[in-house]
Amino acid sequence: MTIAQVIFVVISAVVLVSAVLVVVSRNIVHAALWLILSLFGVAALFAVLEAGFMAVVQVVIYVGAIATLIIFAIMLTRREMREPGQQTHRWWPLPALLAMALFAGLAWLLGSLPGTGAAPPALAGEDPVLLLGQALLSPEQYMLPFEVASVLLLAALVGAIVIAGDSR
Amino acid sequence: MDNAWSVVGIFMIVAIVLPGAALIMARLLGPKKPSPIKQQTYECGVETVGESWVQFKAQYYVYALAFVVFDVEVVFLYPWARAYGQLPLFATLEGALFILILAVGLLYVWRKGALEWQ
Amino acid sequence: MVNLGDFFYTLGMWLQGLLMRAGLNESAARGAFSALVAALLPLIALLTAVPLIWLERKWIARLQDRMGPNRVGPFGLLQVFADMVKIFTKEDITPLGADRVVFALAPVLAVAGVVGLWAVIPFAANAFGVDLNVGVLYLVAAGTLSTLAIMLAGWSANNKYALLGAFRTVAQMISYEVPLVLSLLVPVLLSGSLGLNGIVAAQREVWFVFSAPLAALLFLIASQAEVGRAPFDLLEAESEIVAGFNIEYSGMKFGFFFVGEFLHSFTMGLLGATLFLGGWTGPGVETYPALGAVYIILKGTFVYFLFVWARATFPRIRIDQMLDFNWKLLTPLGLFLIPLLAVVNRGLSESSVWLRNAALLGANVLLAALVLTILGMRGRSARMRAASNATPAPAALRR
Repeated sequence: MTIAQVIFVVISAVVLVSAVLVVVSRNIVHAALWLILSLFGVAALFAVLEAGFMAVVQVVIYVGAIATLIIFAIMLTRREMREPGQQTHRWWPLPALLAMALFAGLAWLLGSLPGTGAAPPALAGEDPVLLLGQALLSPEQYMLPFEVASVLLLAALVGAIVIAGDSR
Repeated sequence: MDNAWSVVGIFMIVAIVLPGAALIMARLLGPKKPSPIKQQTYECGVETVGESWVQFKAQYYVYALAFVVFDVEVVFLYPWARAYGQLPLFATLEGALFILILAVGLLYVWRKGALEWQ
Repeated sequence: MVNLGDFFYTLGMWLQGLLMRAGLNESAARGAFSALVAALLPLIALLTAVPLIWLERKWIARLQDRMGPNRVGPFGLLQVFADMVKIFTKEDITPLGADRVVFALAPVLAVAGVVGLWAVIPFAANAFGVDLNVGVLYLVAAGTLSTLAIMLAGWSANNKYALLGAFRTVAQMISYEVPLVLSLLVPVLLSGSLGLNGIVAAQREVWFVFSAPLAALLFLIASQAEVGRAPFDLLEAESEIVAGFNIEYSGMKFGFFFVGEFLHSFTMGLLGATLFLGGWTGPGVETYPALGAVYIILKGTFVYFLFVWARATFPRIRIDQMLDFNWKLLTPLGLFLIPLLAVVNRGLSESSVWLRNAALLGANVLLAALVLTILGMRGRSARMRAASNATPAPAALRR
């Protein structure tokens, strides 16, 4: 096993274990903290894959903005931070089975796609951010989704304010 | 070791371990005399009453929300800023339109009074 | 041949030569050298806190018409060491019911977040931790670590005042992150590079502070609010009754928050120097690249002095004023500045450097004039409203 593989395994283990702990934690704030660790782990995976832009964006958006939002939401809506009691549902084996079947199906689907498992194509030394920028802005590529994204963000902002306004 | 990020990884590990080591050293060097009075939570010198969790204003959530939207917007703008120089003027205007749409959003939030700290 | 002018490069080559003689091949030697730099730079960052605290205390003292530390050692130079020894030997009290792991983790993360910024700052043409092609965004990412640390600190202390203080601090920090990130976009816009080395290199002729003074101002204001320094330090000021999120912290852990704040402010000064004042550029860096380190430290200290000056001069502002200032002035300003600068820069990209920068400066001045006019009009209408509200009262009293 090369060093790179060892590092990948370690980081993936951190991500997976924290993700499980998010679901299993009895204390909801602890769950949020494990989520943050998991998100950092994903950013580290991006960095290992040399997707630098994705790594920093992951930290900036997910950890910086979304995790903060989640923590605020938790603190604002939980009246008691005490242990919530029984964590598992009475019929829990059935959803577990369904989830595993779904996972197996997705894994098979991803595995049968061409290009899975092959090395990612080298970007020939070009700056990935420049390529991304060009892709986002050229009319032949992703210009329309780029502009639609801003409309989507606007809709999200307006929608959230409308909903929040009702309860204030 | 070709990956620039491995340097960042080492850097961050050291950045966390160094203060951690200093903390451990301080714990070893400092006095340890725990007493119930010292370990009580501080409430301006008065005895603590009631639970430690209080209801907070929804206003915090609104700020965090606005922050998420504008953060995502700015993240989209970074590739634009990197590439607009190499592309025709049209690309620059695309970015300007992007910003304008979200400026309208800010104006909406402002006029709705969602930015007032109560 | 030892070329002292290019000190860092020579040192690097010499160390790599040593490693190669010890048996490593060239790329492994280079990698090991980078790892060595990555391990030493955090230590250097933390050590700069020592002269920094002394410098700030002396400056603040002079600005407040007093002497500052002058008892411990000549000119009080050993004061910081004395304080460090004191903090090391204080008792570390963890309140009952606090989450011990998170309580201890928070100060470490606060410091790590600041030190992490040093990895991408170019101190000279060949002296930097790592040249990330996304350096500017990395700065924002490292900053989120500090915000997170405060949230953790406030929650883990099991104290509702700490939690409340942490909430308000985090709300302040994330609010001011928007104009900060917008102002960071301007050097990227003007240099066409997200990496700090590229941004510094693009300032060889004209510093960005002259091309976009409004962006520099935005950065100065937003970065200080982000760090939580005066005039934005309502939440952890010494004269406030409750010290905010770090109320339960004592000893070394408190020391870390304290040192972290000073270091964060200085690091923002270094960043301001890198992004807007040309970093390591200056006369003579072509022949003596190591001189760049001197330049950036001088410039960074100058910006830091501006921060200390602001701290000593301005009164603290209230949180609602602070957030209004952010969302209703700074953010719209940033949002309008970016497309304006982009269009001017792109439109004149074929013209000479001087014409382009003059046009950019002109655009800045115009926008500033517009903002000041709008503020003036709003101020006048507010004054007139207040005056007209006041007049009915005397008539009623006259009866």
